[in-house]
Amino acid sequence: MTYIPHSPKEREAMLAAIGVKTLEDLFKDIPAKVRFPKLDLPPALTEMEAATELGELSIGNENVRTDLVSFLGAGAYNHYIPAAVDHILRRGEFYTAYTPYQPEISQGTLQAIFEYQSLICALTGMEVSNASHYDGATAVAEAANMAYAQFRGKRNKVVISPTVHPQYRGTMRTYVQGMGLELSGDDPKADLYAGPEALESLIDEETALVIVQYPDFFGRVYDFTKLIELAHGRGALVCVTANPTALALFRPPGEMGADIVVGEGQPLGIPLSFGGPYLGFFTTRKQYIHKMAGRLVGETLDNRGQRAFVLTLTAREQHIKRERAISNICSNQGLLALAAAVYLSLLGPTGLRQVADLCYQKAHYAAGKICTVKGYSLCFDTPFFHEFSVCCPKPVAEINDHLLEHGFLGGYDLGQDYPSLKDHMLIAVTEMNTKEEIDALVDMLAEVNHD
Amino acid sequence: MTELTIYELSSPGRTGVTFPEPDVPRVKLPENLLRKDLPLPELAEVDVVRHYVNLSKYNYSVDGGFYPLGSCTMKYNPKINEDTARLPGFAFTHPLQPIETVQGNLALMYTLQEWLKEISGFAALTLQPAAGAHGELTGVLIMRAYHKDRGDTKRVKMLIPDSAHGTNPASSAMSSLDVVQVPSDARGNVDLVALKSACDDTTVGLMLTNPNTLGLFDEHLAQVIKIVHDCGGLVYGDGANLNALLGIIRPGDVGFDLMHYNLHKTFSTPHGGGGPGSGPVGVAKNLADFLPGPLVDIVEESSDDEPPLFGFVTPQKTIGRVKAFHGHFGMLVRAYTYIAMHGPIGLRQIAEYSVLNANYIKARLKGVFTVPFDRICMHEFVAESQWADAPGIRALDVAKRLMDYDFHPPTNYFPLIVHEALMIEPTETENKGTLDAFADALIKIAAEAKATPDLLHEAPHKTPFGRMDEVKAARDLVLCCWLPEDYEKEEQ
Repeated sequence: MTYIPHSPKEREAMLAAIGVKTLEDLFKDIPAKVRFPKLDLPPALTEMEAATELGELSIGNENVRTDLVSFLGAGAYNHYIPAAVDHILRRGEFYTAYTPYQPEISQGTLQAIFEYQSLICALTGMEVSNASHYDGATAVAEAANMAYAQFRGKRNKVVISPTVHPQYRGTMRTYVQGMGLELSGDDPKADLYAGPEALESLIDEETALVIVQYPDFFGRVYDFTKLIELAHGRGALVCVTANPTALALFRPPGEMGADIVVGEGQPLGIPLSFGGPYLGFFTTRKQYIHKMAGRLVGETLDNRGQRAFVLTLTAREQHIKRERAISNICSNQGLLALAAAVYLSLLGPTGLRQVADLCYQKAHYAAGKICTVKGYSLCFDTPFFHEFSVCCPKPVAEINDHLLEHGFLGGYDLGQDYPSLKDHMLIAVTEMNTKEEIDALVDMLAEVNHD
Repeated sequence: MTELTIYELSSPGRTGVTFPEPDVPRVKLPENLLRKDLPLPELAEVDVVRHYVNLSKYNYSVDGGFYPLGSCTMKYNPKINEDTARLPGFAFTHPLQPIETVQGNLALMYTLQEWLKEISGFAALTLQPAAGAHGELTGVLIMRAYHKDRGDTKRVKMLIPDSAHGTNPASSAMSSLDVVQVPSDARGNVDLVALKSACDDTTVGLMLTNPNTLGLFDEHLAQVIKIVHDCGGLVYGDGANLNALLGIIRPGDVGFDLMHYNLHKTFSTPHGGGGPGSGPVGVAKNLADFLPGPLVDIVEESSDDEPPLFGFVTPQKTIGRVKAFHGHFGMLVRAYTYIAMHGPIGLRQIAEYSVLNANYIKARLKGVFTVPFDRICMHEFVAESQWADAPGIRALDVAKRLMDYDFHPPTNYFPLIVHEALMIEPTETENKGTLDAFADALIKIAAEAKATPDLLHEAPHKTPFGRMDEVKAARDLVLCCWLPEDYEKEEQ
């Protein structure tokens, strides 16, 4: 079926008004040889049939709500999403609107983004947030882009910690291919037991940007104050990519002096959805605002004296600056930014702290129990949030196969990305995991060891 | 009639959603790492819901009315898409699950890859790019990698027609390429003479939107492509206007080497107030090795009693990944649903009726608005919004006045090569009655422009908000909510 409303009579009247006889007459500019190809696609389905087909595809998966108990994180986290979030997202007024280029009839989207910007600034301890990027990985890449623009021609090196998410580093490698930026520190064979001080020797007068993750990919929480001071001393900017849930408990990077704070906003009310669409948040200090890419909403007045909101500083963006723009980004993750705003408004400081605290408590309970199992130990003794690395007595794939047989989704196999962390598993625990599930996981890990 | 901000509505001590007490013994938090205050607003659920429902009422939307925004393809977004994307089997799968547990997702992605390839005539395709501009960046990096791989390192120049979207030059510049603008000819086509003289052995390629942003199909398309290929360059298709081509022509068949799709335009995934989009990239066979990875493929063929096993593969000379995980999967589910429901005949009808609708409005406006390149258009056209007997009236005035007639204005001031441009794209999902009402409104406004110009200058009048002071916004740079004076900094 289609969503085309024309009756045959209307169609004929319209063709007559245009002055052609048939629909095909409208396509005379198209070379006849290649015109009207026969597409080899399955025949159309009705809505009822499509609902069935998609339903069948969806049950070809095992999901982390009804089929599997998940201890998998590594950049995407299974959190509870309050019912009201999706009810707001489902309002056609929000999800079927375009970018708010006409502010008189887009105040809903504009004010929601303004509030999103405010909430993200509050969470990160930063002064300015843009309207969002595609995801955490591209937000990190855009930070490099921004630092490059800030120092254009003078500093062409980016130092990135090897404990930044492997896929974020991969994305960064792709982005810098054409940018003339050198990446330093992107070495999975580096000493992963070292703290942020390991980066110090890499930061020099060529360095535009230093990138660290908070908590890092292994779940560890470091205070970056000293590293940031050192980087500033050498004239470099510092970007921290942060987990927003962790920011409910831990000192915000803004307080540590970070120049750019970005991150993956998925934990803020956005479903796992097999990896997207997610939400890349991006914040900086006011002094760098003109080098920041992405949409920005600011407060103003309309000609009736009412407070209102508009897209502002648009002269930074590609539709005006074209090849002189800092980034090519055009869209933002509007609807996901709305989800995060609704989520943060619903939870408030109390609810968000509760979620973070539950994650922390349960993860630490799990870590403590797992360490009592023979053959398993915690890799690092640094404080952690809701994810931790475990040295295992067997290959992680083998352990995960065993867990999966019992309906448990085990942790991330760190050996895939870090040769020195063979047989190391990254386990994530959120408020969704019960004590019973954690105890069962511990029992299964013990079983594997006895096999 | 302004709505207070979420911070102004906050009342200390209120909570919307609470969570259970921990079911595990408590451990002490690491004091030295903790934050002191968390300045988020405090509201009850009803406060939050009313607030955002009130805000939503200030938005114009496709669900609410006609949205003929040129180049944006604001078609109706079928409701079933929203339901299928939210099926728990899709919505609650983790991107790093073992492939055996996500065969449904992978089958869907594999099939969608195949369908998109078939629709546009490409040999291979990535679903990873997050939006159209992101697809462009992917495409530009692929083009660079292709030339580099052949040892052809002196190619640094990207050719871009003057009617192109701003993202084209910006995407090229992000890869440090030099942008060379190619003018249009008197009929709105790429100027062949200028193109020829711009093409040489430093040319990476041409980024071509076809139909272009004037809504015109290039009359010399085959020659344009040949000129670029003859100098060793590649032709990139900006798929922004693919809606007009479904079942009409496959860009791969006429020599485009690669192209991005906008699933949020052509395949009805909603625009979400500015995103998320989804920008898959299709490529010809000789570029397949450079695609971002991983791609979905069959990793074990089916046998008599077993279906095929889908998994991930990484192309040999990949440019690398362009984002984390596998792309905007939720958008892929919506696009899959849409294509499955249309089939080959339905897809062609989309193109036919989108072109019919655009030409119908153009015919209705004839004699009132000037259309600078007056040919049969494709899915959109550009009208000039200026009249000798209405001095001082600009496209912006017409656009704002349209709001008083309860229509969303067309795109204005784009493409840059038309003065006072109004770029009108009705899409196929609008009926004749709506199109007539819209044309009537424009004709009436054209009369108002001459008789009562101030009515336009001061428009809109009937919307909840009037024209904005954009200078003030850029000068004051208030980018965050005002925090109430008595906002209590809580101690942990």
